[in-house]
Amino acid sequence: MALLEVENLRTRFATDRGVVRAVDGVSFTLEQGEVLGLVGESGSGKSVTSLSLMRLIREPPGKIEADKLVFDGVDLLKASESTMSSLRGGKMAMIFQDPMRSLNPVLTVGRQLTETLRRHLRLDGDAARRRAIELLEMVGIPLAEKRLNSYPHQFSGGMRQRVMIAIALSCNPRLLIADEATTALDVTIQAQIVDLVKRLTRDLGTAVIWISHDLGLVAGLCNRVNVMYAGRIAETGSVRDVFYRPSHGYTVGLIGCTPRVDRVGAPLTLIEGRPPDLIRPISLCPFLPRCAVAIDACNKTMPAMNTIEAGHAARCHADLSVFHQKGAA
Amino acid sequence: MADLAATRLSDKEDDFRPAGGLQLAARQLLRNPAATIGFAVLTLMVLAAIFAPLISPHNPIQIKLSAKLQPPSAVYWLGTDHFGRDVVSRLIYGARVSLSVGLLVILFSFSLGVPIGVLSGYVGGRLDATLMRLVDAFLTFPPLLLAVAIVGLLGPDIQNVMIALGVVQAPVLARLVRASTLAAREETYVTAVRALGASPTRIIVGHVLRNVLSPIVVQLTIGFSAAVVSEASLSFLGLGTQPPQPSWGRDLAEARRFMTDAPWLFLAPTLTIMLAVLSINFVGDGLRDALDPRSWVTRRRATQEADD
Repeated sequence: MALLEVENLRTRFATDRGVVRAVDGVSFTLEQGEVLGLVGESGSGKSVTSLSLMRLIREPPGKIEADKLVFDGVDLLKASESTMSSLRGGKMAMIFQDPMRSLNPVLTVGRQLTETLRRHLRLDGDAARRRAIELLEMVGIPLAEKRLNSYPHQFSGGMRQRVMIAIALSCNPRLLIADEATTALDVTIQAQIVDLVKRLTRDLGTAVIWISHDLGLVAGLCNRVNVMYAGRIAETGSVRDVFYRPSHGYTVGLIGCTPRVDRVGAPLTLIEGRPPDLIRPISLCPFLPRCAVAIDACNKTMPAMNTIEAGHAARCHADLSVFHQKGAA
Repeated sequence: MADLAATRLSDKEDDFRPAGGLQLAARQLLRNPAATIGFAVLTLMVLAAIFAPLISPHNPIQIKLSAKLQPPSAVYWLGTDHFGRDVVSRLIYGARVSLSVGLLVILFSFSLGVPIGVLSGYVGGRLDATLMRLVDAFLTFPPLLLAVAIVGLLGPDIQNVMIALGVVQAPVLARLVRASTLAAREETYVTAVRALGASPTRIIVGHVLRNVLSPIVVQLTIGFSAAVVSEASLSFLGLGTQPPQPSWGRDLAEARRFMTDAPWLFLAPTLTIMLAVLSINFVGDGLRDALDPRSWVTRRRATQEADD
């Protein structure tokens, strides 16, 4: 059985201007130990999807609906707030984008680590402390024991993100959601964090949802990718399928505007225009106004999710095989 | 340079001895000279108030007309008032009233204003609207007038003065706490703590409240000063401490009649009130810094930069 099953997830927000459909019909499953990438530009619904999974959306003004939302055998839609509280930080954990702001500035790092350990694993003071030291060592913080008494501002951004990862992993979660976890960090630190996450998923069997707009990073880290646009999944497939055989106009555009070291000097393309207003009802492909490869059919009907090959599907009318790299490994 | 060596040394201490946040904060507070002095002065005042019968040289309410309006001397260190009562003894006994008014008023406004403010700010919505309109209603009255009205309703008595002043101060605190809570609630770390499964109570007490503590402490020290002064005003109007009981404010009010003949009479309570208010403000400032670990480093960095 899959660890996480999401079927037709819809998250809406009531605003003064109308209802914003931030996530509109997202479906996917996640197996244990799998690393799933969620890519797309700002406002495509990546973060709202992940916050919805943890039911961290404030209701109201938000509203989460789904045909199915089951995590590790628990129906998240019907779960009580206390069930959710014991899942969060226990079986499902999350790392946020801004490490400078995701730790409480007035509490020591040790206190913030042990707080979660005490709550979920019911460890007493000493045991929690020992485990906290272990965790800090695991994420590569030197002199872990004395660093427990440090405050967040005494750490650099990369160190803080390691601390956040240590806290998130402290109770051996089955699912780790990383929301732009390395976006605020420089590339060397980013590489270290990615290595760390890779090692941890391998050693602990944690499933990861990695949200990013950095395609290179996702390609190196994930098994599968969901490309999101306008609150929907535009394309889904294995990393190789999606990057070498992109089958949605938006994916093609995204890949085109990613700089690559093996194509130094090649021009970067641009996706003109802006993402659609999610208050307006969507009847055609939401990417149509910006699409470079649109065909006649696009102006007539909304494309359905077409299976291209096993495990690879896209919501696109156009035949994009010209963009596919033949024989690419 | 010596200062830098000292901070480095204590850094090492921090590093190798496990210390709780509270210990670190206390150490930080004692590193601030103004706060230390303020704390010492307040401690002395509190001790004087507690042991008043043992240390006051004379009976504070015994009338001795033969010794009225005497200037400071070896027998009467700060002179006597128009009934021949010893000013020093009256100040010592007066500390009991003034300090307990200050303390109880801020306790009262804290226990009323902070829960209202935090709930209002954190929960929001209809609860926020209701509570804040109520607070607004109280804030429309001029503070002293509201206190006079409440004491008038309850009867002139020192306990009622404390209640009245507490009721006057609580809405101010509630507003401040609500505003700080609103800001803290939207911080990423609050979402992060929620994502780690903390209960709402835990989030409010352990994280939100802990982060809005600094403005609360500052407001409370202002409230303490205001309470001491307001008690004086209300006693002056005959609504607070009743004669012949001494209180700093009452004595000051009475002394104004003899301002030119016996200036020590009003100088003594004035300076005492000033000293108390100044001390509590120093302690408040020190506490504000000590409660915010981020400000610890600023000072350390400042020393280092000055050295470099």
